[in-house]
Amino acid sequence: MKKLLSLAMAATLAFSVVACGGTDNTQNNDNAAPEASEDAGSTDAASDAATEGDVSSSYNGVLKVGGIGPTTGGAAVYGKAVMNAANLAVEEINAAGGVNGMELQFQFEDDEHDAEKSVNAYNTLKDWGMQMLMGTVTSTPCTAVVNESAKDNMFHLTPSGSAVESIAQPNAFRVCFSDPNQGAASAQYIGENGIATKVAVIYDSSDVYSSGIYEKFAAESANQGIEIVAQGAFTADNKTDFSQQLQAAKDAGAELVFLPIYYTEASVILKQAAGMNYEPIFFGCDGLDGLLAVEGFDTSLAEGVMLLTPFAADAEDEKTKNFVAAYQAAYGEIPNQFAADAYDAMYIIKAAAEQAGITADMSVSDMCEGMKTAMTQITVDGLTGEGITWDAEGEPSKSPKAVKITDGVYTAM
Amino acid sequence: MKKLSKTTKSNLITYGIVVVAYLVCEILMRTGHMSSLMKGILVPLCIYAILAVSLNLTVGILGELSLGHAGFMCVGAFTGAVFSKCTVEMIAVPGLRFLLALLVGIVCAGICGILIGIPVLRLRGDYLAIVTLAFGEIIKNLVNAIYFGMDKNGLHFSMKDSIALGLEPDGVIIIKGAQGITGTPTDSNFTIGVILLLITLIIVINLVHSRTGRAIMAIRDNRIAAESIGINITKYKILAFSVSAALAGAAGVLYAHNLSTLTALPKNFGYNMSIMILVFVVLGGIGSIRGSMIAAVILTLLPELLRALNEYRMLIYAVVLIAIMIFTWSPKGIALRERYSLAKLLKRREKEVQ
Repeated sequence: MKKLLSLAMAATLAFSVVACGGTDNTQNNDNAAPEASEDAGSTDAASDAATEGDVSSSYNGVLKVGGIGPTTGGAAVYGKAVMNAANLAVEEINAAGGVNGMELQFQFEDDEHDAEKSVNAYNTLKDWGMQMLMGTVTSTPCTAVVNESAKDNMFHLTPSGSAVESIAQPNAFRVCFSDPNQGAASAQYIGENGIATKVAVIYDSSDVYSSGIYEKFAAESANQGIEIVAQGAFTADNKTDFSQQLQAAKDAGAELVFLPIYYTEASVILKQAAGMNYEPIFFGCDGLDGLLAVEGFDTSLAEGVMLLTPFAADAEDEKTKNFVAAYQAAYGEIPNQFAADAYDAMYIIKAAAEQAGITADMSVSDMCEGMKTAMTQITVDGLTGEGITWDAEGEPSKSPKAVKITDGVYTAM
Repeated sequence: MKKLSKTTKSNLITYGIVVVAYLVCEILMRTGHMSSLMKGILVPLCIYAILAVSLNLTVGILGELSLGHAGFMCVGAFTGAVFSKCTVEMIAVPGLRFLLALLVGIVCAGICGILIGIPVLRLRGDYLAIVTLAFGEIIKNLVNAIYFGMDKNGLHFSMKDSIALGLEPDGVIIIKGAQGITGTPTDSNFTIGVILLLITLIIVINLVHSRTGRAIMAIRDNRIAAESIGINITKYKILAFSVSAALAGAAGVLYAHNLSTLTALPKNFGYNMSIMILVFVVLGGIGSIRGSMIAAVILTLLPELLRALNEYRMLIYAVVLIAIMIFTWSPKGIALRERYSLAKLLKRREKEVQ
């Protein structure tokens, strides 16, 4: 017994030694990185050749891009999708000759969807020698990290951090729509196409995404001649029964129910609405993407549901088809919208870096300045939109796509 | 030289550890030998150490189980952050502003502690655990429902949504429901964190070794005996509990001013966080102030240092938890520790020298 105990203690000690060793290494890298890049990246290239074979010797230096997102915990689905899709894009870009002749290296760190952990992940990536950041996947951690990246003046592109504050700093840009934009776009879409004038909203008041969309939707619908006749809020702690909210919507005579929420709750709402013979038009945002994949959900209930989403995995265009096929081959699942955002983000970085003429020996801050200007000049055709452009604030300009569920598949409207 | 008593010596070692750790970190930082990760995690280390030490006052010294420590931290964090955001233009000196925010946070968390303590600490049994558990969850949900704004007409408050605040165009929303507070000035730094940790240690250690502390421990050990010799049980219980809550509030203020964003998620202010702090205390040794501080530092650092192992790090974390538990609590572990303890080894060597 005593032997066993001492063995366990020794093992723990060994682990901690290994862990300390690990940090020491990264520390050395940190110190070595600037020197290496001053030598036109020759040492970097040499060390990479040792680890990755002869292929990298043909590259002209290395561009290190870091990624942050939750790969464990409740929001792990999003982080993993981003990590997988980004890796896929990096492989493709490197196979096609890299960025400006530089090899793209990508490292992804877990943040458990926590602001504090996210800053830790950012600092870990800095120790690794990150030159640009493609993250953070979720909004609140992104808001914390953007302040840190602004201090270092590091180029920051978030694939899916949709809160307004997530890109409050001048060094930050995003691929997805911001929450308010989605709300406004939804109201405009409903108003301009004359889908309904009496609208009920059911939203999650404890969720940043949901309440962000709702507020802007409410503000914009006044301009569009839409009347919000009922609004039912729920919180993360009571999201199993929506009959009360649905009854209120029914009594108020709402023709359309707007659902700026995620698909899990939406599937419950659809089921309960069918149970009480209430058949309005259901309209949602990109959070509803994934509705058809909910386990045990009768997809016929989702018939006629409309949603504004930048990406639908079964779209018919060449790009989406190729991406979905490649993603499925590599990871065995159908990519969601987060994956598409991340895939686009890598190509956006490539396009902007080539526009700005980024080279491996530039400092992080110089890169950021170059990228900031280049971002406002480029136009990118991606999975999540055609001809996407950016303003200096970092907001993308692209037209939202509306899809309708007919016969169990998303079809463009 | 006058011989120091055993407790004074032990206390000095505790302070010494903090001071030495601070100096080492400062030197490493000044000479540029510290990784960015370490630089970033120094303040959280102080926060968790303060939380662990303050919870030890309730769990170890008072002998009551509290499962809502994160709730008090949440109260401190939000009141402190609201104060800082309201006065960011009025008080230009970051140090003074932080100090005042700290006081606001401490007082609010302390009042919550007293309010909870008055009815609950009169009871015997596990009622404090039940009520604090509920308190933590209530606070988290309450904060998520509050909308609070400021414009030239004054302060506005709503529980509905930010439109209902009816702010003037120049108004700013301070708490935006679930989106929490963004843009809190990041006033805290490592030096402030260490000073706060030292103050926490001084308060807790001195309280424990005072007349009041002995009364509190007497209540823990035998309530009836303590009552029979005339100790006012409710008074001392509330005192210890509210001091513990107030110190958690201080940690919360530090937390709020470390990152620019503050939201009440289950992850940072929920039940899990309270349990996490309790784990620090239990693994560091219930009643051992120094132990809970060290456990908090090690267990916060570990997942970060193990990042290289990706998803396996949580597995290793669990193994380490079990290993520490055996080392600190099992009878065999205690025997092993006694046999190979540092003090004994030193003594043996002294004997050999003689």
